[in-house]
Amino acid sequence: MSSSLLSPNPAVNSDRSLARRKRKKKIQSPAVGENLSDAIQLQNAPVQWKSDAQHQIYTSKLLQALRQVRQNNASSPQKSASRRVHEAADRVLAATAKGRSRWSRAMLVSRLKLKFMKKNNIAKRQQSVMTAITTGNSSRPLKKSKVSILRLKSKSLPAVQRKTRILGRLVPGCRKQPLQVVLEEATDYIPALEMQVRVMSALAELLSVSSSSSSSSDSISGGGTAGGLTQFRTSRPPTT
Amino acid sequence: MSGRRSRSRQSGVSRITEDQIADLVTKLQQLIPEIRSRRSDKVSASRVLQETCNYIKNLHKEVDNLSDRLSELLESSDGAQAALIRSLLM
Repeated sequence: MSSSLLSPNPAVNSDRSLARRKRKKKIQSPAVGENLSDAIQLQNAPVQWKSDAQHQIYTSKLLQALRQVRQNNASSPQKSASRRVHEAADRVLAATAKGRSRWSRAMLVSRLKLKFMKKNNIAKRQQSVMTAITTGNSSRPLKKSKVSILRLKSKSLPAVQRKTRILGRLVPGCRKQPLQVVLEEATDYIPALEMQVRVMSALAELLSVSSSSSSSSDSISGGGTAGGLTQFRTSRPPTT
Repeated sequence: MSGRRSRSRQSGVSRITEDQIADLVTKLQQLIPEIRSRRSDKVSASRVLQETCNYIKNLHKEVDNLSDRLSELLESSDGAQAALIRSLLM
């Protein structure tokens, strides 16, 4: 499986590596194959958000979700189209995380919350939904034993506590969590967001190139779209 | 003082030491581009948290802008889009 992903055409590879160097940051892992083999071995390890495999999984899932959004245009007219696209992207991001992190579970549960849960039963339902979603794959127990944090000078500072609260509000599902949980969730959430930005910008580039070229003359469009498309076509989406 | 004694008697409770927190803060610092290059002993936890908040807010804004763009692009003409999407999924 790894060999099929690692053998694109050399011509396309240079395009991809150029694009990769432009968009991705410098502390990338050196080889995709390394990431894949590591990910297969450590099944409980956190998701490798920088690997190409995740990139492609997320892209294909996002495209499917966006197609559904387009088809369901009449269902929720009160929300703007941009809001619906954003929610679809978040939902797919949480699904790609496979429910291994608190923020992804919170993202998936909150959508069910809005639809048919009363405020009283939210805590109980949340527990049962989480057991359904994370079938035996979660590394932490659902009912967390209370964590006692030693009172140290750095943490009892009101500044640190205030910033922890702010950060907890930004990361979904971490509103009232202690500092350690918030830090762990943020460490997973940030690469996921970066990957989301990468995929969505690549998709927007492709769609804008194709739409602008389709409106202009066809002779120019042949080279542009073909170059943009080949970077997705040559590597098949992984079966995971 | 009795509170401290009862806390120390609980065996099943996981204790979070400052070392673990410092470790997590270091890991988080590596992810944030603005303070990644500085050495760790100069950056306080408060600064790391601040920069993390700013960075996540920026990322959220970028995703908002991108979803604006994508929603506009998706609503434009159907023919090219459907063909493109189909070809991307093959």
